[in-house]
Amino acid sequence: MGALFDNLDVVAKAFGNTLWISVVAGILSFVWGVVLAAFRVSPVGPLRAFGTAYVNVIRNTPLTLVFIFFLAASPQLMGLVVPLGATMAIIAMTLYTSTFVCEAVRSGVNSVGVGQAEAARSVGLTFIQTLTHVIMPQAFRSVMPPLINVYVAHIKNTSVAAGFATTELVAIANRLANGNPGDVVGIFFGIGLAFLVLTVPLSVAAERLESRVAVAR
Amino acid sequence: MYTRTRMVALGAAAVLALAACSSGDGGEDEPEEVDPSAFAEGSTMAALADAGAITIGTKFDQPLFGLKPPSGDPEGFDVEIGKIIAAELGIPEDGIEWVETVSANREPYIEGGQVDIVVATYTINDERKEVISFAGPYYNAGQALMVMSDNEDIMGPDDLAGKNVCSVEGSTPAANIAENYPDAELSLFGAYTDCLEPLRNGQVDVVTTDNVILAGYVSESDEEFKVVGEPFTEEPYGIGLAREDTDFRMWINDVLEEIFEDGRWLEAWNETAGTVLPEPEVPTIDRYEIE
Repeated sequence: MGALFDNLDVVAKAFGNTLWISVVAGILSFVWGVVLAAFRVSPVGPLRAFGTAYVNVIRNTPLTLVFIFFLAASPQLMGLVVPLGATMAIIAMTLYTSTFVCEAVRSGVNSVGVGQAEAARSVGLTFIQTLTHVIMPQAFRSVMPPLINVYVAHIKNTSVAAGFATTELVAIANRLANGNPGDVVGIFFGIGLAFLVLTVPLSVAAERLESRVAVAR
Repeated sequence: MYTRTRMVALGAAAVLALAACSSGDGGEDEPEEVDPSAFAEGSTMAALADAGAITIGTKFDQPLFGLKPPSGDPEGFDVEIGKIIAAELGIPEDGIEWVETVSANREPYIEGGQVDIVVATYTINDERKEVISFAGPYYNAGQALMVMSDNEDIMGPDDLAGKNVCSVEGSTPAANIAENYPDAELSLFGAYTDCLEPLRNGQVDVVTTDNVILAGYVSESDEEFKVVGEPFTEEPYGIGLAREDTDFRMWINDVLEEIFEDGRWLEAWNETAGTVLPEPEVPTIDRYEIE
């Protein structure tokens, strides 16, 4: 692991980059994922159709292909040229992770009793009001575990960006391993630990939150 | 996507053309009768000539130098050099066994005896000389820059400040840019071919690696790309062989000097890499002593 400590400045920078991509893409996917979930349970046909099509297409596409789309296809098909590096990683990962957030949230919505929505409607709440004041708050309580799974996978998926000109942890591991053939095991072990530093606190925090907000049914 | 199809088509055409060439002048390449007893007894040359067979390591994925088509024998400048050396030992083309040597396994294969010689865009350097030895050089390559053909801002490595430079994670050219041109922004992929689309799209300004690799891309790009400036590092390509076998090394050096003289070196060049790259100057053989 000596090579990691000798290059602590580049490793720290790569760690920061992984963290930045994880957090920004994580927040954006949460917002877009909840909107998609609302689409999928909404009474408006076209929105439902769009949500279903989007989620099923992107969720079933490998993340690598989403990156390649922005590298090779989007400039030719729609003249959209995305800057390499963190920007491309954040866009690709937001589009991808949001589908999993959507499905987790939708499963939560489905777990809320139908009577809740009927009661909300009978007191005169609109669809949006029903969703934001009655359904979603209850849904989120039951989706904590699957949502944490989604985010642990999301953090690990940032490693895909290593193949697309993004200097994150795995890219740095490859670079250092090439330059220090005697220390390959140590380098990859150290990078593995760096990922644990990102994911384990998330799991611990989630468990705490879960026990506080758990709803007895 | 159409460009990729076109590249495949071009590649196929080149393979067909080369196949046609080699069958056409097959007669020329037949080695003259070589008497094994002409070589010093117990020498590697005598042993190889006696066996009538040689194992040569080369790259299988390096256009113009060593490229193995899906079916058939590898082709390129390195391969032609290997064939000439074999012919000088009286070994015909079908007595040569080609083994793929990627960058990482060249020294181990020579040390372990899996190959007799390695001709594989193999840069002569001091670290490698500690475990194997080199005949040659038979060609001097160097790191160069490739840009879009309409790019007028970049003429050489000194224009790289603030430009986005594409190369491969962990490669010598990338390390050279990071060290000597720190104002350039590096974008590093897993393979040089990954740099081509970003160059077309303008996501990167320059692609850098050895000039011989870039020449392959330029030739396939339909004048979309160009190589700018002179190579700015020196990568003398040598023939790798067992470290202690000085007799064999000096004999190969003699062969190289002979083919520099009699035109076979230039002929091999013109048939392969010379279709794209300019005619190189005749290199000076480095007959160094090992400690």
